[in-house]
Amino acid sequence: MAWFRRSKKKILSTERRSVSEDLWRKCPSCGEYVYNQELQNAQFVCPTCSHHFRIDCRKYLELILDKNGATTELNASLVSVDPLDFKALKKYTDQITAAKEKTGLGEAIITVTGSVEGYPIVLCVMDFAFIGGSMGSAVGEKISRAIDHAREHHFPLAIISASGGARMQEGALSLMQMAKSSAKLSLFSSAGGLFVSILTDPTTGGVTASHAMLGDIILAEPGALIGFAGARVIKQTIGQDLPEGFQRAEFLLEKGFVDHIVHRKDMRATLSHLISFFGYERTADTDQQ
Amino acid sequence: MAKYILDFEKPLRELEVQIEAVKMSALEKGMDMSKEIGSLENKLEKAAADFYKNLSRWQRVQMARHPERPYTLDYIHKITSSWFELHGDRHYADDQAVVTGLATMDDQRVVIIGQQKGRGTRENLRRNFGMPNPEGYRKASRVMGLAAKFGLPVISFIDTPGAYPGIGAEERGQAEAIARNLMMMSTLPVPIIVIVIGEGASGGALGMGVGDRLLMLENTWFSVISPEGSASILYRDAGMARDAADAMRVAPSDLVEMGICDRILPEPTGGAHRDADVTAGTVKAALLETLAELVDMPPDELVEARIKRYEQMGQWAE
Ligand SMILES: [Zn+2]
Repeated sequence: MAWFRRSKKKILSTERRSVSEDLWRKCPSCGEYVYNQELQNAQFVCPTCSHHFRIDCRKYLELILDKNGATTELNASLVSVDPLDFKALKKYTDQITAAKEKTGLGEAIITVTGSVEGYPIVLCVMDFAFIGGSMGSAVGEKISRAIDHAREHHFPLAIISASGGARMQEGALSLMQMAKSSAKLSLFSSAGGLFVSILTDPTTGGVTASHAMLGDIILAEPGALIGFAGARVIKQTIGQDLPEGFQRAEFLLEKGFVDHIVHRKDMRATLSHLISFFGYERTADTDQQ
Repeated sequence: MAKYILDFEKPLRELEVQIEAVKMSALEKGMDMSKEIGSLENKLEKAAADFYKNLSRWQRVQMARHPERPYTLDYIHKITSSWFELHGDRHYADDQAVVTGLATMDDQRVVIIGQQKGRGTRENLRRNFGMPNPEGYRKASRVMGLAAKFGLPVISFIDTPGAYPGIGAEERGQAEAIARNLMMMSTLPVPIIVIVIGEGASGGALGMGVGDRLLMLENTWFSVISPEGSASILYRDAGMARDAADAMRVAPSDLVEMGICDRILPEPTGGAHRDADVTAGTVKAALLETLAELVDMPPDELVEARIKRYEQMGQWAE
């Protein structure tokens, strides 16, 4: 396989990138070109270096949930408004419209009920392509309602985070969503619910500083950028370069803030194992995904 | 008169200086100009009151950062009859950007937590300019645990330019420390009153800022990010901070409109630092009134109401 990719790389370098993008993608980590179909078959993980490509929220639903189980989206029609009439270089309403067109999503998160290997679950997946996966009122509300749904139905909860943090365009209203979702998680936890937080590239700012760090179990994809402050801000503040691997999943594991780094292909089985371990029961036959 | 004058305050300051000059010359010449001076002073007072009531958001941000502004410990010393500071998070260190302790205010025993800026370079280095590390949030958490155990209300003073963005802070879990506090504070079974006395920047402020009531002094700000931070991202120019402050609506009156702030506390003309005693009096009275509303609530009702409060925050469509 390796010679095949290398030879193709040479050909590609003489072609226009945009033409080949559909068929091939360059791995941002090792620089190898990967055939798109091959990437898809490998859950968008580079076959050469295991770099986990950023993927959209629907792909996570496919990867995690049972294909033959019923999946129901929660609060699909709940969307952002523009409470502050916000405009910087761009108008917030234009940013929302553009994000919806680009992603085909209503918001930067999708919340569903479904099942994992037969275990019912409430699953929330954030999408970085939608205004940087940022959490405004709508995202905060969707997460909060999903947590309540899990509590009311005694389902385990998993949130896959991918976010730059709280959404600046809604000012303090965005900030308060951190408090809201954390409050809901507190109730959920007191009721004995299992919350698995899954951190993907990137998880930063107010999202890390709220639900993402509040999992009973915290999993991370390999190499994912995870932190509170942005690298640029830290560099500016301290006036020195950041250590190799700083704010990567492996760094957080070493520092004690992540339970396990889990390869994308193993995420579904890991989740299912945890749900089963904590005593939840299957309601459907084991799914063969 | 304040020693440190902000740019936009200069016209008023000039008037003040002129009146002083008239007074001096009247004194030197032995003339009775008390009538003229009185009328000038009256005019100045009215102009100043009008000027400071109508400050722009960006001007309020600058007032919130005024180097002579009273800080958390200044208020504590002025409004409490007993104060016993508690140090350290019991895990790593004593973060001096956060102060915590046991206090008595009139006959009311309270637990106080607050972000603490320093006055002057030396103290500011010690206080890390009011930017907490994870230890600060964990110290606050430990002391709030004490409050919960002994049924004591918590008062939290907010005054921070943000949680510290450093290597060590990330290594020791800045995000985890803040998140843990949000969760804890949302269901702490004792009253929590949060009062913004200066800057309320981002998760660094919120990490000690979840409660039953949010009070804000008149010349303060509270938002998701600092105006400079959002300007550098959304305008790609930190110099656009004034526009960013307007766009994000960071002023106390904005937060009242958003349903986040419950009450704005007036400051003396010219800002809290012009008369720290008067400001402290206002703060104390407001805290006691707010405490009276909360202390008799059964814990479960209190927590339920608090969660409802946050449930309602935000605007969306469906
Ligand atoms: Zn690779």
